[in-house]
Amino acid sequence: MSMVGAKARGSHLFRPLSVLALLIVINLIKGADYFSISVINGALYGNIPNILFGAAELVVLAIGMTLVTASSGGQDISVGVAAAITSAVFVRVLLNAGHITWLTIVAGFLASCVAGIVIGAFNGSLVSIFRVQPMVATLILFTAGRSVAFMIDGKLSPVLANNLTSQIGGVIPGVPIQTPIILTVVFVAFVAAFLKTTNLKLYAESVGTNEKAARLNGINPVKIKFLTYMILGLCAAVAGFIAVAKAGRHDSVNLLKYVEMDAILAVAIGGNALSGGKFSISGSIIGAYTIEVLSRTLLRLEVGTETIKAFKAVFIIILMVVASPVVREFAAKALRRLRAGANSGSAPKIDAPEAAAVPGPDTAASGPEAVAKKEE
Amino acid sequence: MRSLKAAKPKDALSNSNLLFLIAAVIFVLMYGFAVLRYPGSFLQFQTFFDLFSLNAPLIIITLGISIVMIGGGIDISVGAVTGLVTMCCAVALESGRGSVGGAILLALGIGVAFGLLQGYLVAYLEIQPFIITLAGMFLANGLLTTIHKDPLNVTRLSFVALRDFEIVIPWLGKHNRLGNFIPLEIKLGAVVVWVLVVLLAVLMKWSRFGRDLYAVGGNSQSALMLGINVRRTKFCSYLLCGFLSGIAGFVYIMTTGAGNVGNAAGFEMKAIAASIIGGTMLSGGVGNLFGSPVGALILLAINELIRAAGVNSNFQAIVGGLLLYLFIVLQSVVVWMRGRGKFRLALPFWLLPDKKEVENRS
Repeated sequence: MSMVGAKARGSHLFRPLSVLALLIVINLIKGADYFSISVINGALYGNIPNILFGAAELVVLAIGMTLVTASSGGQDISVGVAAAITSAVFVRVLLNAGHITWLTIVAGFLASCVAGIVIGAFNGSLVSIFRVQPMVATLILFTAGRSVAFMIDGKLSPVLANNLTSQIGGVIPGVPIQTPIILTVVFVAFVAAFLKTTNLKLYAESVGTNEKAARLNGINPVKIKFLTYMILGLCAAVAGFIAVAKAGRHDSVNLLKYVEMDAILAVAIGGNALSGGKFSISGSIIGAYTIEVLSRTLLRLEVGTETIKAFKAVFIIILMVVASPVVREFAAKALRRLRAGANSGSAPKIDAPEAAAVPGPDTAASGPEAVAKKEE
Repeated sequence: MRSLKAAKPKDALSNSNLLFLIAAVIFVLMYGFAVLRYPGSFLQFQTFFDLFSLNAPLIIITLGISIVMIGGGIDISVGAVTGLVTMCCAVALESGRGSVGGAILLALGIGVAFGLLQGYLVAYLEIQPFIITLAGMFLANGLLTTIHKDPLNVTRLSFVALRDFEIVIPWLGKHNRLGNFIPLEIKLGAVVVWVLVVLLAVLMKWSRFGRDLYAVGGNSQSALMLGINVRRTKFCSYLLCGFLSGIAGFVYIMTTGAGNVGNAAGFEMKAIAASIIGGTMLSGGVGNLFGSPVGALILLAINELIRAAGVNSNFQAIVGGLLLYLFIVLQSVVVWMRGRGKFRLALPFWLLPDKKEVENRS
C-alpha cells in the first residue's frame, strides 16, 4: 500500500496521461491521419484543434471544480446552470447596449463575472456558514437556475448576430488559432500564476484534508471554502461567456446542459479524490481533454449517437475499476511477489506496464459483465 | 425549540426523528394553508390521493435513494434506470411474446442488475459512489436510446386492463358541479407505495440490516469495530435501491402506459431533494423512511399549490428552489442549535448523539 501511495505521489499525472495516450493510440489505429492539421481561411483545423476548441468550457469549469472539491470535499452540481445565468447577464448587457463594440463586450463580460461571483457567494455561504453538504446546497440553484436565466435573457433564446462575438466564438482574422483555445490558455495561465503566487493551494488542501487541524493552525476554513466557491462562480462566468460566443445565441434551456457531470468526471479522471484534500489542477485539465477525446473517438469509430453514452459509461467504469484502491493494492501485492522471485534490478521500469497489466483480467471481467447487462 | 431543550438527554429525540417531525409539521401546515386558500380543489380527497396515484414512481425512487443515503452513499442512476425499465417493458409487451408477468420480472431484473453492478463496484472495490452511479446513469441512458428512440404506446389488452384498473371507494366521493356523484378512485401505484413504505420502514427500524445500515452511515469505522460487515451492508443498500428503481419503472409504465425516452428524466435530483426535505442527511446515518414520502409530498404539494395559484411555470421552479433553500437552512440551524447545547466544538456536530445511539442499540 505504501508503495502504491509513493507511486501515486511521485507521478500523479501517470494515470490521466496513460488514458489519454491509450485513446490516441486507438485513434491512430483507426486512421494514421489523426494528427493532420489543415489551414482553412487562415486558421488551423484538424482533430487536435477541434478537441482543444470543443473542451474549452469544460477545462475552465474543471479548474474551478477541482478547487471546490479539494476544499469542501463535495461537488458543485450547479455549474452548468450558473454558466447559463451569467451568460444570460452577458447577453442582456449586450442587447441593451444596442451597438456592440469591444467595450460593451468587456462590460458585459465583467457584469457576467460579477453575477458569477454572486452565485458563488450564494453557494459558498450555504456550504461554509450553514454547513450544508455541497451537493445539496447547489441543488437549490440546479432546480431554480434555468428559470432564472430564462427570465434574465427576456425572450426565447436571443441571437447574437454580430461580427465581434462570432469572432470570439470562432476566429479573429489574422490569428491562426481559434479564439476559445486562446481564451482557455490565457485563463489556465492566469490560474497557474494565481496559485503560484498565493497560498490558496496549500490552504485549500489543508482545509480539505482536515478542517479541524487547519483551524488549529490558524487557517479560517469558512473563508477558504467561501473563496473557492467564488472562484468557481468566476470560472462558470468565463465558461458561459465562451459557450454563448461559440453558439451565437443564448438558449437558457440547453446551454451547457449536463456539463456539471462532465466537470466532476474530469476531476475524478485527473486522479483527484472527490472527498477533498490534495489536488492537481493539471490532472483535471488532462481529464477534461480526455473526456472530449473520448466522445470524439467514439464518433470517429462510427458508434451511433444513441449508443455513445453507454460506451462512455463502460469506459468510465473500466477506468475507475483499474484505479480503485482495492485493485491497485492487489496489483501491488502481485508485483511484490514477482519481485521476490526475480532480482529487483530494473524493477521501477517494469513497474508501469506491470501495474497496468495485472488488473487486466479484472477489467476484462467487468467488460463482458457490462456488455451482458446491455443485452438484457 | 424550547420543548427540545427541556427534553432530558436520556429520552431526547434522535436527529432522524426530529428532522422527520419538522418535515411532517411543515407538510401539515402547508396542506392546511392550501385547504384554507383553495378549498375547491384541496378539500377533495381525490386531490390528496392523486398525489400518490400520479407520483408513485417518484415516491418509490425517493425511498430507494433514502436507504442509500442513510448508508452514507448516493445513487444518481435511479431516474435513468427507471426510464430504461419503462422502455424495456414497453418493448417487451409490444413485441407480442411478452406477458405482464414477464414484464414485471424484466423490470425487477434490470433494477437488480444495476444494483448488483453498482453495489459491487462501490462496496467491494471502494470506488466513489458518485462517479459509479453517474456512469450507471450514462449506461442506462445510452441503453434506453439504443433500444428504442420513439415513444411507444403499449396496446396489449391485459396490460391496458391493468393500467386502467382503479380501486373505487364510493363513500369518499364528492358531487361535482353538475351534481353527478364521482367516487374516489385510487390507482394501483398508490397501493404499491403504501405497502413499500410500511415494509421498508419496518425493515429499517427492526431488521438487523436496517440497524447495521444506520451504524455504517453514521460512522463506518466504528461500525466495522462493532463487528458489522460494512461492505455487505453497503452492497445490500445499493441492491435494494436498484430493486426499488425496477419497481418504480414498472409502476411508471403502469401509470402512463407508454415507454418514452424522456420518462423519469431528472427524477434523481427530485428524489434527492425530496429525501433531504424528509429529513435524510447526505452525510449518512440520519433519516427516517416515513420522512421520504413526506418530503416527496411536500415537493409535490408545492407544485400543486403554485399551479392552483396560477403562477407561470418559470416561477414554479424558482419558488420550488426558494422553499428548498428555506428547508435546508432550517435543518442546518436546528441541528446546529441542538449540537451547541451539548458541546461547543464546531466540528461534526451531528455525529455525537448518533454515536451514542449506535452504542445503545448494539
